[in-house]
Amino acid sequence: MKYLSRSLFGGAVALMSSVVLAEPAKYLFQPPVTSVARDIFDLHTSMMWIITVIFVAVFGVMFYSIWKHRKSVGHKAAQFHESTTVEIAWTIVPMIILIGMAFPATRVVLEYKDTSNPDLTVKATGYQWKWGYDYIKGEGEGISMLSTLTTPLDQIEGDAPKGENYLREVDNMLTVPVGKKVRILTTADDVIHSFWVPEFGVKQDAIPGFVRDTWFRAEKEGIYRGQCVELCGKNHGFMPIVVNVLSADKYTAWVASQKTASVGAADDAAREWTKEELMARGEKAYASVCAACHQPTGQGLANAFPALAGSKVVAGPAIDQIKLVLGGRKGVFMPNSQMPAQSMLSDTDIAAAVTYTRNAWGNHADPAIVQPSAVKAAR
Amino acid sequence: MSQTTAATVAHANDHALDHGDHAHGHHPTGLMRWLTTTNHKDIGTMYLWFSFTMFLMGGVLALGIRAELFKPGLQLWHPEFFNQLTTMHGIIMVFGAIMPAFVGFANWLVPIQIGAPDMAFARMNNWSFWLLPPAALLLVISFFVPGGATAGGWTLYAPLTSQMGPGMDLAIFALHILGASSIMGSINIVVTILNMRAPGMTMMKMPMFVWTWLITAYLLIAVMPVLAGAITMTLTDRHFGTSFFNAAGGGDPVMYQHVFWFFGHPEVYIMILPAFGIVSHVIPAFARKPLFGYSSMVYATSSIAILSFIVWAHHMFVVGMPAAGVLFFMYATVLIAVPTGVKVFNWLATMWRGSMTFETPMLFAVGFLFVFTMGGFTGLVCAIAPIDLQIQDTYYVVAHFHYVLVAGSLFALFSGTYFWLPKWTGHMYNEAMGKTHFWLSLIFFNITFFPMHFLGLAGMPRRIPDYATQFADFNMIASIGAFGFGFSQLIFLAGVVKCIRGGEKATAQVWEGAEGLEWTLPSPAPYHSFEVPPQVK
Repeated sequence: MKYLSRSLFGGAVALMSSVVLAEPAKYLFQPPVTSVARDIFDLHTSMMWIITVIFVAVFGVMFYSIWKHRKSVGHKAAQFHESTTVEIAWTIVPMIILIGMAFPATRVVLEYKDTSNPDLTVKATGYQWKWGYDYIKGEGEGISMLSTLTTPLDQIEGDAPKGENYLREVDNMLTVPVGKKVRILTTADDVIHSFWVPEFGVKQDAIPGFVRDTWFRAEKEGIYRGQCVELCGKNHGFMPIVVNVLSADKYTAWVASQKTASVGAADDAAREWTKEELMARGEKAYASVCAACHQPTGQGLANAFPALAGSKVVAGPAIDQIKLVLGGRKGVFMPNSQMPAQSMLSDTDIAAAVTYTRNAWGNHADPAIVQPSAVKAAR
Repeated sequence: MSQTTAATVAHANDHALDHGDHAHGHHPTGLMRWLTTTNHKDIGTMYLWFSFTMFLMGGVLALGIRAELFKPGLQLWHPEFFNQLTTMHGIIMVFGAIMPAFVGFANWLVPIQIGAPDMAFARMNNWSFWLLPPAALLLVISFFVPGGATAGGWTLYAPLTSQMGPGMDLAIFALHILGASSIMGSINIVVTILNMRAPGMTMMKMPMFVWTWLITAYLLIAVMPVLAGAITMTLTDRHFGTSFFNAAGGGDPVMYQHVFWFFGHPEVYIMILPAFGIVSHVIPAFARKPLFGYSSMVYATSSIAILSFIVWAHHMFVVGMPAAGVLFFMYATVLIAVPTGVKVFNWLATMWRGSMTFETPMLFAVGFLFVFTMGGFTGLVCAIAPIDLQIQDTYYVVAHFHYVLVAGSLFALFSGTYFWLPKWTGHMYNEAMGKTHFWLSLIFFNITFFPMHFLGLAGMPRRIPDYATQFADFNMIASIGAFGFGFSQLIFLAGVVKCIRGGEKATAQVWEGAEGLEWTLPSPAPYHSFEVPPQVK
């Protein structure tokens, strides 16, 4: 019955929208890939049926009355104005319907609140404006990454055609194995963010200073796209959550590749970099992290974000600039706003971004180059 | 209801009329009249014009939002300014437009509906109004200070508010002033209703609008100080090193949300209960049939008010409450549907077998009933915690609360304005303009907000300046609807101005089926209403 009602409702909607399979749903929840998301989908469907019935009944009566009980058709007004029986009836009946609605929901609440016995635990940290993922327990333990929007600015500003996954694409996807219970611990570094993947039926605020949790068990491999849903400042709309669900084998291979990459990154941070290497990497790091406020042109925004082109800090000693990037600073224009600390970035990325700003847009700082080792020493 | 308002008015009327016209002579004229007035009608008029001005201002901000969202990509505004638009749109509409509009109605109607000469505290009445323009000014100025207006959402969640510039402080001061004004207004209304009713008007004979406002006033007195507390803690966290909501100092950001929504949920009913009152006058008048279930209406309104204090955390289903907390707030929230349903059924029963005509006030009242109930349905959907998990902080919620706030509160305000405007001005408004205003508002409202349900279900978060391309179609439709809705309101303005300037003379009764003391007064109602209290049997 449940299945029937879902397919009826879903079918009607599918007809209405002529949804192509690969396209995201337009009129309803995205196709669920976890048991919780499916239960929510079913709850919503049965709610909509009940509501449709009440809607037709109530407004059927109203429009009948509007049609028949008009002065213009010569209807004379009755003068009744009270009936205790009727009042009791329309208090009790809705009460029963409401219990019928809330009762099945109770089971789902208990289901989605049960985060016990996970196979894999990942901490998701909200930053202004990106996500950090730390694999805490289970296969892949120790993996740590930042996940930042990769949609280029020219697409956002309309100078280039928008890509297929506009605003919902990232450099590092949260990668998890299929069929395993994944517990997500959420927290935040600055303000409240919220972790949401619609297909999983998972939404949990990420609160600075506190750890909350939620869970999902994805039943199908694939890439699922959500985004931050708690207003977290200027780039709230630009911090998506993209989850890559892999088969057990592929996941194991992915974990191995991450371990190699992190060894490589450690080597990278230890060696000396050339200016060209730093500038190339720095341009990318600047574009994904710094440009949101300081702008791609380095000009900042009047009364909001200081320009880096011609900035005294950038022209000054390298150590001061590194410390500022690591520790953030009080706002220049607004005493209460601040540049968030960027200490979650790697030594190499900070060194590269700092080097980039010291040489871009006509800046000629001395020293021109900052090595990752200098950042490590400054931490 | 017939026995409740079937009032016989002694000779008070003619008496009031005689003195009414002379009374003007003793008062200052021009600007000083409005600055110093203690007359409930003058003050009511000022409240209504103030709220309409704020409504247009909030509306312009909304059009700024919809213009940016017309298509994907950043076209018009930087994201930080977009956030200022959404935040200030919310604050201005809630605190500047809807709330003062209902206080304006209360000023105009409570004394003439209960047979009182004026409000109980006439000077305080003046002061509660004149607090509003400075508060509005602070909100406007905040756009021009460094960093601009506050951009933390109208809910002003900590700790995001700690990052805002001086615009945030201006908003806090403005809200404090608006809150003080609301509390004074409410005390005035409570005292007036409890002490100044005409002889014979027992509590259970009071007009519904008076009942709903009495309950609303108590809600306001209970929760405005709570809001003041929340924003004061925000202020000291920002400037004086306290850590109420700062985890690093031992505070809790979620505590802010609990305090805010303990204010915020009753606030929702503050904005809808007087609307229920207005509709409870309009529907019986045009059905030519007494209100069905008067006493159950009173009990239902009281139940809604009481329940509104124990449902606040349904705004916070995704902060990570324990299962027991989620279940409690889900059940309590669902329970509110019962008294709300009773009200809807009573209005339907009032229409049933009446002899209805559909002048503009009735159109807006029926429109209210239809569209508000749809907002009630989506409210039920939101109340079911697991479903809310998917739609919290999405456009579904935006659709839901605009269905109850625009189609609910605002449509009721329009209905009430057209209903009592002849009594206020002495002229009939232009019916064709009124009807055009209604149909355009209803159609454009639905074009704007209905697609937002789909957007929310499909996964578009609220408060974002740019969105994934699969949301483009419905956003475009919503933006077109919003501009249509916005410009339709100019018809209302033109209709009201035209009515004030002249038009067909209104009779004292105005509407064939209208009942209540206010219709025993001539139109326009004299400057001083009842110098000798009427007798209510």
